[in-house]
Amino acid sequence: MSDSNPPIDPSGQDASEPQAEESAVAVAERPLVEVENLEVTFDGQTVLKDIDCQIERGQTVAVIGESGCGKTVFMKTIVALVQPTVGRVMFDGQDLSGLSPAELAIVRRRFGFVFQHAALFDSMNIFDNVAFPIRQNEEGTDDAEINDRVRQHIGEVGLPEEVIYKRPAELSGGMQKRVGLARALVLRPELVVYDEPTTGLDPIMSDVINELILNTRRMYPVTSIVVTHDMHTARKVADRVIMFYPRRRLELDQSQILFDAPPSQLEHAEDRRVRQFVRGEAGDRIREMSQGMG
Amino acid sequence: MSEQASTTESVLRIQTAKPEIPIDTPMRRWIMQWGTAVVGGVTAVGDLAMFTWQMFVWMFTRMPRRDTVLVNFYQVGVLSLPVVALTGSFIGMVLAVQSYYQFHTIGLETHLGVVINTSLVRELGPVLAATMLAGRVGGAMAAVLGTMRVTEQIDALTTMGADPIHYLVVPRFMACLFLIPALTIVADFMGIVGGYFYSVIILGIDRAAYLHHSREGVVAFDLFNGIFKSIFFGGVIAIISCYRGFNCQPGAEGVGKAATEAFVYSFVMILAIDLFLNIVLDWVYFSFYPEGTSLF
Repeated sequence: MSDSNPPIDPSGQDASEPQAEESAVAVAERPLVEVENLEVTFDGQTVLKDIDCQIERGQTVAVIGESGCGKTVFMKTIVALVQPTVGRVMFDGQDLSGLSPAELAIVRRRFGFVFQHAALFDSMNIFDNVAFPIRQNEEGTDDAEINDRVRQHIGEVGLPEEVIYKRPAELSGGMQKRVGLARALVLRPELVVYDEPTTGLDPIMSDVINELILNTRRMYPVTSIVVTHDMHTARKVADRVIMFYPRRRLELDQSQILFDAPPSQLEHAEDRRVRQFVRGEAGDRIREMSQGMG
Repeated sequence: MSEQASTTESVLRIQTAKPEIPIDTPMRRWIMQWGTAVVGGVTAVGDLAMFTWQMFVWMFTRMPRRDTVLVNFYQVGVLSLPVVALTGSFIGMVLAVQSYYQFHTIGLETHLGVVINTSLVRELGPVLAATMLAGRVGGAMAAVLGTMRVTEQIDALTTMGADPIHYLVVPRFMACLFLIPALTIVADFMGIVGGYFYSVIILGIDRAAYLHHSREGVVAFDLFNGIFKSIFFGGVIAIISCYRGFNCQPGAEGVGKAATEAFVYSFVMILAIDLFLNIVLDWVYFSFYPEGTSLF
């Protein structure tokens, strides 16, 4: 009986109120994403090992690294598309690997994911693509509201209204990526993950996408993870850069994260491999690849 | 004490002794190849069983949205109708062509309808409808789902809180399961019409005698037999095709392979299930009607 009563403050005030405030502060201060001792192995090949990092609320983190270093696997593990072999990923204090599929579906409403090639449903037109997350997760939303929200988000990514009745195949690569961004943002997610958002686009369209990522951050209180090997994007949109290195090219005791700091420090990184990547220098790579070490 | 120490030492010697078998022998390679194949086969069957189980769990806990179901019913049912009707009528006519001369030589050509109709209703109608469905719908299902896998559309569904099995597989399974009996009836009917047309109109067999014998030869159990089997055919086509699509390898070659395998595996399973169910249904039939029915 007494266990269930709140403790009595000597001053006569209810002690549960300050406790609730403290816990609210603790929640606000807790990182949105916590990755602990992460290891991912596919068919006996270890892609990620001993990864520990935290992503704070409101941060935009660029994850860079050469092809095959595991950055896409890292990103997919964060949104629970890939399960960790060892370790865990916590989203807002919840261990994602401990959730049932139904619980996971609820948590995923708080994610937005922009795929490398947009991954728009080609059986639907643009309107239905952008409306899909609303219809899927907010049953009972009336058609007028869906219509307003879809048109608003299509406008926010700089697309004309005429595109909404077109099929994805009728749009250019840049337009498809912008539709993908509108679809990812339509549920107002807390975490937006971008997979190679500028790959395959011309420099102008790449910068349009960069500006949209910055605009999104200005408009909504969103945390972002941008997986890219476009250094212009990393410098422009991120306030923190994490660089991965392929596990197969490291000794067992070496960390796979070579760099974790603001983008301004990239040029002055102590590690030669970071500077080499940032400057896009092949170095001895051709010789290493010819010897089967690449 | 010393005896115990000696035993321990000998056990250790045995445990640490290096195998005297050469590392790479033809026998070892053969065992490894077979072992890999068996493990792969058992894993694939287990994976397919889990896939099917998840589909049934979704089907009985939460129905898919009406619009997704209707689209698949249209694809599977309405769009398959012309090809099933056309092939059904041709099969009926082919049966008439193939059987006529044999029956004519013994003067029993008026019984041609019994053979055509019984063959169609019991066997050819359901198998033909299922084969057309496996080719037209099964291959397409594997190709569509395979392309969705390769282009990350299935991952996109997952990230938006939709379960891909619930959203993509359950409606396709329901469409195949519920509409294949209707397609089978269409194949049966068109085959009977085709057989009648060729026998009576082209070959000039007496119409009244043809219809009289046809009526006598086919019983209700024959119709039940065909439709009952078709439900299993529809289910297995949907499961195999969707599973192959979901597990498609990357690239155009992977999608093509998934579509081809979906048809080949479905067809093999249709024939295997057909054999098994025929044995079971014959046993059931002769338990109720020990004397059976005669074609003549």
